[in-house]
Amino acid sequence: MSQKKNALAGKKALELLSGNAVPIMFIIICAIFIPLAGFSPSYLLNEIITRMGRNLFLVLCLLFPIMAGMGLNFAMTLGAMGAEIAVILVADWQIWGIPGVVLSMILSIPFSALLGFICGTLQNMSKGREMITSYIINFFINGWYLLIVLYTMGPIIPIIHSSIMLPRGYGIRNTVSLLNMRQCLDDLLAIRISGVKIPVFTFLLVGLLCLFIVWFRRTKLGQDMRAVGQDMQVAKDAGINVDRTRILSVVMSTVCAGFGMVIYLQNIGNLPTYTGHSQIGMFCIAALLVGGASVEKATIGNAFLGVTLFHLMFIVAPSAGKVITGDSMVGEYFRVFLSYGVITIALIMYEAKKRMEKSRAGQELAQAQKEEEAAQ
Amino acid sequence: MGTNKTAAAAEKSRFQVMLEQFGLPRLILSGFLLLLLVMAPFVGVDLPTQITNIINRFSWNAVLVLALVPMVHSGCGLNFGLPLAVICGLMGGTLSIQLGFTGAMSFLMAVIIATPFAVLLGGGYGLLLNRIKGGEMMIATYVGLSIMSFFCMMWLLLPYNNPKMVYGLSASGLRPTISLEGFYDQTLANLFKIDFHEVAQSLHISLGPLERIKIPTGSLLVFALLALLIWAFLHTKTGTAMTAVGSNPNFARAAGINVNKIRTLSVIMSTWLGAMGILIYQQGFGFIQLYNAPNNLTMPTVAAILIGGALVNKATIANVIIGTILFQGMVTMTPTIMNAIVHMDMSEVIRIIVSQGMILYALTRKQEGSK
Amino acid sequence: MTDNGTPLLQMRNIKKDFFGNQVLTDINFTLGAGQVLGLCGENGAGKSTLMKILFGMDVIRETGGYSGEILIDGKPVAFHTPFDALTAGIGMVHQEFSLIPGFTATENILLDREPQKKTILAEVFGDRLNTLDYKEMDRRAAAAIQKMGVAIDPNMTISSMPVGHKQFTEIARELSKDQLKLLILDEPTAVLTEKEAEALLESIRNMAAQGISIIFITHRLHEILAVCDKVVVMRDGYVVQDVPAAGTSVEDITRWMVGRDVQSSSAQTAVQIKNTSAKTIMSIQHLWVDMPGETVRNVSLDIREGEILGIGGLAGQGKLGIPNGIMGLYEAGGTVEFDGKKIPLNSPRKCLDASLAFVSEDRREVGLLLDESLEWNVAFPAMQIQNKFLKNLLGGLIKWRDEKGIRSVTQKYIDQLQIKCTSSKQKAKELSGGNQQKVCLAKAFALEPKFLFVSEPTRGIDVGAKALVLEALKQFNRDSGVTVVMISSELEELRQTCDRIAIISGGRVAGILPAAASSEEFGMLMVSQVK
Repeated sequence: MSQKKNALAGKKALELLSGNAVPIMFIIICAIFIPLAGFSPSYLLNEIITRMGRNLFLVLCLLFPIMAGMGLNFAMTLGAMGAEIAVILVADWQIWGIPGVVLSMILSIPFSALLGFICGTLQNMSKGREMITSYIINFFINGWYLLIVLYTMGPIIPIIHSSIMLPRGYGIRNTVSLLNMRQCLDDLLAIRISGVKIPVFTFLLVGLLCLFIVWFRRTKLGQDMRAVGQDMQVAKDAGINVDRTRILSVVMSTVCAGFGMVIYLQNIGNLPTYTGHSQIGMFCIAALLVGGASVEKATIGNAFLGVTLFHLMFIVAPSAGKVITGDSMVGEYFRVFLSYGVITIALIMYEAKKRMEKSRAGQELAQAQKEEEAAQ
Repeated sequence: MGTNKTAAAAEKSRFQVMLEQFGLPRLILSGFLLLLLVMAPFVGVDLPTQITNIINRFSWNAVLVLALVPMVHSGCGLNFGLPLAVICGLMGGTLSIQLGFTGAMSFLMAVIIATPFAVLLGGGYGLLLNRIKGGEMMIATYVGLSIMSFFCMMWLLLPYNNPKMVYGLSASGLRPTISLEGFYDQTLANLFKIDFHEVAQSLHISLGPLERIKIPTGSLLVFALLALLIWAFLHTKTGTAMTAVGSNPNFARAAGINVNKIRTLSVIMSTWLGAMGILIYQQGFGFIQLYNAPNNLTMPTVAAILIGGALVNKATIANVIIGTILFQGMVTMTPTIMNAIVHMDMSEVIRIIVSQGMILYALTRKQEGSK
Repeated sequence: MTDNGTPLLQMRNIKKDFFGNQVLTDINFTLGAGQVLGLCGENGAGKSTLMKILFGMDVIRETGGYSGEILIDGKPVAFHTPFDALTAGIGMVHQEFSLIPGFTATENILLDREPQKKTILAEVFGDRLNTLDYKEMDRRAAAAIQKMGVAIDPNMTISSMPVGHKQFTEIARELSKDQLKLLILDEPTAVLTEKEAEALLESIRNMAAQGISIIFITHRLHEILAVCDKVVVMRDGYVVQDVPAAGTSVEDITRWMVGRDVQSSSAQTAVQIKNTSAKTIMSIQHLWVDMPGETVRNVSLDIREGEILGIGGLAGQGKLGIPNGIMGLYEAGGTVEFDGKKIPLNSPRKCLDASLAFVSEDRREVGLLLDESLEWNVAFPAMQIQNKFLKNLLGGLIKWRDEKGIRSVTQKYIDQLQIKCTSSKQKAKELSGGNQQKVCLAKAFALEPKFLFVSEPTRGIDVGAKALVLEALKQFNRDSGVTVVMISSELEELRQTCDRIAIISGGRVAGILPAAASSEEFGMLMVSQVK
């Protein structure tokens, strides 16, 4: 009896282990790399806290589409683009500091919402391959973003200050300085504990979003999203407007991503106009997956753990790589490889699981069959 | 509920059917390209040079586009994992140079060395895709990216030491761009090359502006040969089975076909063709591009075959040829014409919007989603 | 129990045809409040169509609506969507579960009808931002479960429930709707264990006592006798009997269900299989097949050379699993010997190599390459399996498709089977159902098999095509001496075509009868081991 219990406990532990293989792998990688990189603990802590403040909001916005069963939202970048347009305009109007940040956030809402709506509609037209569609939408909208920022800002959309424009007279410079906005949220209520700066207000905002997510799960819309995410047909038969619910989840995701991008930009203090958003989606998704999330299930805890582990790896990889191979570039490529790799593995596990579930049902039936045969 | 209405609906649907057969985006793009060609002389752009450009770029890209065909045929979808095939080609190219081959021989060796890589990596890739049927495209994308970033490390770590390829200072690690001068630059293009200028001179006639046209016959012939091979393959027993697997895998299975085997074969074929494609691209372009470059060709290639009228599970050689001409025509013509008219180079942006829009259009079309 | 006033539900002269194919004719019956009506009939008798009409399913409207009148509480109603029917107090529990797997029973019972608490955000962004009132949800779910009278755990998630509890969750969901007056249960006991079925019957009595009327569809006839007030038997789209349950027996109902020409049980019942000395060509021993919805359990069957063997039975009893399992399309076990040699299971290729052929019941998914030409469809298996229609080039190194050969064989079958098409190059998806079926047959004929499985050859095709398809099969059997096993839900069709008919019930062979045996006997076999 107890043996059986032990076996059961062992099986459970194994399940726990295999279920969290990715975070465990990253913990091991970090454990090897941190001593090699040789950074001081306070430096590491400082960096991690800065990056958590910078990225958590963005990562959390991925939870809504996962809730609605639409998988990893590669198109969260759309929200980032919406925010960038808002930030460019606000920077041009020279509204700085907290008012500038708040205005950027408000201004980003219509852009992000519109882009989110387009994205959700297109994803509804391609049910079953939402992810690849969102991945492509990402590039498609990036084209339009370039068109707007590179060619219409100046001649069509009035830009007052030539300081943010390219010398040729239209289009925005590759980098827009946000020096007057830099870390104004982070500095609000910030406290320092033995040299480690904690951006309390930014964390408060993140906390607020977490509370919202927890609360949102308990609303009618949240319940509908979960229902739609698990079985669209059943949800439809019960009277839920499936398409609308799915679009709403994407819109919420992009709008939150817009806010997150503003927080991100005020932290780094300048806007890389043409490259700022391009990697955001990939890094946020990788971070969430590193935290143990999967394509169909993700929690706030996954986001926190993921951002911590992923960025820890990100900070130490170049130095550790240099120690191991003598070339810091190797470490940089290694961290990119890990980001792509972790997404690849998550996707493969998701698809393989879908197929395994099918065949498992078959095996169970065959087993029952055998037992019956034996009984005869 | 009059009969009028239904008649009108029928009329409309007939029009729609016609439209669907050719495809609205293809119609718009053909019109656009035609417009560009007509406009060219009026805005002072030299048409023969443009045509030479289009032919050249066609000869660089056509084999890459052709490489998508086998996987589409077997139902593996659009091969967003093209970087994997490109990596195989890069291995061939760099190893051939490392081993000291030069000139046309270096191209031949590149082809020979790339082949086992393509078979091995393609085989593994095929086995992976068999385990995740239905989610091929998304996973292909990330498998391609993962392999590419893995090889980013490899280009630095593998013991290459040919001074033509490695960083000068450290004498190790491959440079991002390697010139092919003295190796296989223009190897195929110069084969039986037709230069209208020379032709005119040897015939002692004047062809006027047409003299500026040059045709890279060798590259085109190689493409024609490979296209013919694919066409012929699709007419054999195994090729027929491949098409059937893509059309309805259940039917194929019931008819005794080993679906997984056929799919793996198609992936190996696609990978090998992709490797050949990048080598041919390099010999035209004149440079080997490493690191993050392999991914730059993925989207344009996929977009090209879709513009040519391919579906997610159906593609023909004609789709490849038409698509490559249309897409490359657009890519080469737009910047010059735009520059001539508005002195503004928007071609990059237009290329992105058109190619990604084309892929989106293919992904969101209803009737293609079924299988 | 019965109301003296107007009955709750009246069906008057309901008629329905699918594109000229009459499936319901003059259906009349009434149902009082708190009454339980047992509805039975063979597959295809029109039960589900009738229920779809009553429940306002989209498919009815899309296929041209129905004629006749439905009255609820004496007032005529017309439902355009299931939601209209729900508002009018009709609930339906379908055969397939409609539940969210990751939700608890409570959440499923109140899906999209959750009680809500007002929130401030909802004032701005609309009602969907109201929070759910979990206490009230628990209360209502508990009340519904109480009403049903079978204890299930309201906090258990569906995915971890036994099948029976899923069924009960569905019923509780209908009961949680306050307006519910009439509940339709479509074969609810099919997935239940004996005990659970017992509990369900008890719960039906409970619900009826609380004034809810119930229409109970089942193949387990004794259940009808146990709980129903009246029995309505349908056959071929007619109501053939409408009697109080008290005065009938299982035998009576069976006879009404199948009896087209009920013969007295004397002349041909003595099992007189025409004593052919033909050898056994296929011997199936202890076959099990794991085909979802058509599980086969321990089937042993001998098939004689040159005969046409019919396999019949009700839907879901496993008759379709037999050919699908032998031909390797679904996982199977046991032994199959063909012509003295063992056929390895789970390998379609090996079966085809042994000169077996199979016409699948699933034309669109398995039977055809819808996007390809008829030529491809007809010639493909023969080309792949037997290397027909190929030209060997370079000494057999290259097997080139012989387009001419393919065209001529396709044309041959187009003529022979009278396939209506514009040319042999037409795409299979453009043909009608009947012609598609003929293409499937041509595909099998082109293999020139020694043995042919034909599964549901007449499903979904019109009467004219039906006769042609059956005639073609008979002719193929007669002229080429090919052994044919035909699986069909339509007993009449089997009796017209086959020499012997095996009836599958509960995944097992319930018995084998000559085609001449009485319908009654077949009927008894069909329901004998229904699970």
